[in-house]
Amino acid sequence: MPVIIDTEENTVIAHLSGEIDHHSAKDMRGDIDLAIDRCRPEKLILDFDGVTFMDSSGIGLVMGRYKAVKLCGGSVIIENTGSQIKKVMRLAGLDRLAVIR
Amino acid sequence: MKALSEVKVTFPAESRSESFARSVTAAFSARFDPSVNDVGEIKTAVSEAVTNCIVHAYREKKEKGRIDLILREEDKNTLCIIVRDKGCGIPDIQKAMEPLYTSAPEEERAGLGFAVMESFMDKVTVKSKPDKGTSVIMKRKIHT
Repeated sequence: MPVIIDTEENTVIAHLSGEIDHHSAKDMRGDIDLAIDRCRPEKLILDFDGVTFMDSSGIGLVMGRYKAVKLCGGSVIIENTGSQIKKVMRLAGLDRLAVIR
Repeated sequence: MKALSEVKVTFPAESRSESFARSVTAAFSARFDPSVNDVGEIKTAVSEAVTNCIVHAYREKKEKGRIDLILREEDKNTLCIIVRDKGCGIPDIQKAMEPLYTSAPEEERAGLGFAVMESFMDKVTVKSKPDKGTSVIMKRKIHT
């Protein structure tokens, strides 16, 4: 399972794992969107702890979810990113849309 | 200039080829005795180049085409990577390389492929001819 979803009051936590590329992002996107539709969360936490690789497909994944959560007034928090992934995220300016920690 | 060594692999332009291209690149890069960070950055650049071919090069063709990945040890510190397709070509290379430009927004492409390649490699050159295909040539020095 590339995405495990936890829900707590107004918060959806998506634990991502494995490699995020154009191939795997499609499935991850579907899983997270289902949870957003169902819970309309105030906070979406994307946990990158189990992610071993990410290219710019991951940026598309985060931006798309950011837009979806924003529509219901929520925000996005990105957690546990390694240095490589952080570098790609900074290059994309994701730190201006979401909290990266 | 004769390369010290070179491999060429050819694979179908399908999204499941992306991880294969990264693995081959990581395996070839090992001869430079790179750091974990080096390998991560090189793999990311290759992933971007190969994904571009998969998303764009053959989108108007019924049958999926093929992608060549050439890995070359130019000298003991220089890795050269060529990602080549025989697809539709890029009409305006300069525009395609602009950060955040994408011709496939519906697929949630961020338009950052070339920006990532340029940020992680020392030199990126793109050659393209309409209906003939595109080559992306990337070089990176390791241990200098």
